[in-house]
Amino acid sequence: MTSPVKNLIEIKNLTHDYGSVRALDNVSLEIRENEFFALLGPSGCGKTTLLRILAGFETPLEGSVTLAGQDLISLPANKRPINLMFQSYALFPHMNVGQNVAYGLEREKLPKAEIKSRVEEVLKTVGLQDKVKARPSQLSGGQRQRVALARAIVKRPKLLLLDEPLSALDRKVRSEMQLELKRLQLEVGITFVVVTHDQEEAMSMADRIAVMVEGTVGQVDTPVDLYQRPATAYVGDFIGESNFFDGIIVPEGIKHASLGVLPGNRYGKDISGEAHLLIRPEDLRLAVSGEHSIPTMVQDVQFYGGASTLVLSIEGRSAPILMSQPGATSAQRGALVNLTWDPLKAIVLPRDSRRSAL
Amino acid sequence: MTSTIPTRVSRDSEKRRDLLERMVLQGPGLLFITIFMATPITLVAIYSIFQRGRFGGIVYKATTENFTRALDPVYLGVLTDSLKIAGITTILAIAIGYPTAYAIAKLPTKWRSIALVLVVMPFWTNFLIRTYSWIMLFNREGLLNHALLKFNIIHTPLDLLYTQSAVVVGLLYGYLPLMILPLYASIERLDPQLGEAAANLGATRTRAFFSLTLPLTASGLIAGSIFVFIPSLGNFIVPELLGGGKTVMVGNLIRDQFLKARDWPFGSVLALSVIALVFIFFMLQNAVEKRFSSDAHD
Repeated sequence: MTSPVKNLIEIKNLTHDYGSVRALDNVSLEIRENEFFALLGPSGCGKTTLLRILAGFETPLEGSVTLAGQDLISLPANKRPINLMFQSYALFPHMNVGQNVAYGLEREKLPKAEIKSRVEEVLKTVGLQDKVKARPSQLSGGQRQRVALARAIVKRPKLLLLDEPLSALDRKVRSEMQLELKRLQLEVGITFVVVTHDQEEAMSMADRIAVMVEGTVGQVDTPVDLYQRPATAYVGDFIGESNFFDGIIVPEGIKHASLGVLPGNRYGKDISGEAHLLIRPEDLRLAVSGEHSIPTMVQDVQFYGGASTLVLSIEGRSAPILMSQPGATSAQRGALVNLTWDPLKAIVLPRDSRRSAL
Repeated sequence: MTSTIPTRVSRDSEKRRDLLERMVLQGPGLLFITIFMATPITLVAIYSIFQRGRFGGIVYKATTENFTRALDPVYLGVLTDSLKIAGITTILAIAIGYPTAYAIAKLPTKWRSIALVLVVMPFWTNFLIRTYSWIMLFNREGLLNHALLKFNIIHTPLDLLYTQSAVVVGLLYGYLPLMILPLYASIERLDPQLGEAAANLGATRTRAFFSLTLPLTASGLIAGSIFVFIPSLGNFIVPELLGGGKTVMVGNLIRDQFLKARDWPFGSVLALSVIALVFIFFMLQNAVEKRFSSDAHD
């Protein structure tokens, strides 16, 4: 890419407490212009606090937030060029769809004709042009969400915050909305920040994801890099399916107490002492004789049509090993199989106390 | 999909079951309303078109005289005074009750119930005694005058008692909790996120209050207003005790017609006119509520 990447939001050393609980601990982040950004983490990781600070509902204890170089903290919530799509949608129940969407434009004191045309236009964009007169209570969940979305984007904010946008929708509407959000983001050219605990939601839509852990940012990366090159064992475990082996670092990988040396890739990181080896299920394969391998027994075979997953066990280890492969497998329950992997794809990570807590 | 076609028999028995169910469920309520509302109102309506008996009671000779008499400026004046006093009381109750209810609704949960108990506490004492105690406060030698004199704010005692204002204060004191409680209920169930959404869309606090909070709590406001206005309109204890002989409200007038003047038919006409007024206010309430109706409270 040749065009320089411009940051829209710059968050520096943000710290915030709720009572005696530290919700955010020295968080620094950059969100780029026109990107689809996701804040991902389990509940209580601080992502909602960060969202509320960006929206102006919460004033941080310390740190700074700028939007296009301008200080944001000192700006009251109703003066910020930021709109939020609430998780509960927070539609005004006594107003119809048109009035809900027009509410924000009326606050800008725009001419009536312009408000009318912009409301019509945005309702057409979200496919609700024939619901202008409907009350929120007369709409389905998916339609309410579209109204909430329309109400937020009609203001043409610099930044659109979406709080768990897909969590309240059933599976079918979810995937529709997922596509639609992505399309909209490209179409309107607004920076989107999605806050979610659902990695699928984040992985499928976002350009970049910040994984948040206990009030800090664990890693900021593209979905592919987060999956393939997690910076910590916590992130590796949180994103996708994974097999972990614990051991002591050796030049080729790690030395496991009973399985011996397990080869892996350090990606140039300087690691010493205790370490984890992370192998994704699809990077494991059945070994041919003579290869370096680990002996396992097939516990279960799960066939998903396009792919199968083998659930395998190793003596003396409680956590099962997952191996996935395209198509069907001939492996039978109870069979003894040897597993091997490409050492380049197995990731050696420093010991992470948070992972063992999972 | 298989659909069963209901037979005539089963439909009939269903109908009968429905009727039985309705009688069981609605019967007690209907009975109560018939005995305690419809009957007395019918009696009052019947009394109103006959002549008075000499020592109370009625003589069954039809007349319209009672109605024409009610249009006498003296009585119309009492009626408008009563409306005015009840109206002022209601407006003051809104002015004091809304902020109070709002503040209570925003308290931490454990303080909320304490505050609500405090609001209801005066009801534990007899209404008459509570009203009487205002005399002690408003007297020329009462606590209030005493304090004002002592701090040199006034130099001669004020005539606080036996004024319309004293009546308003008494009614306000008596019925304020009836304003606070329904208002509290409607404010408390407001979704706080709606306020955040309004701010997020650019609304100031004032704008958010008038465009969201007020319309969404209109049902509580209207209920509270009716709870205050109607008993204030018909009250006769407060004007008697705090208004002395000077402030007569329609409640006193009705009581006097039945118990002192022994003119039951005219008392009935006055009572009917109050009922008619109340009915009109209910219609108005209905209209207002429809305008502000919010599906959130369905």
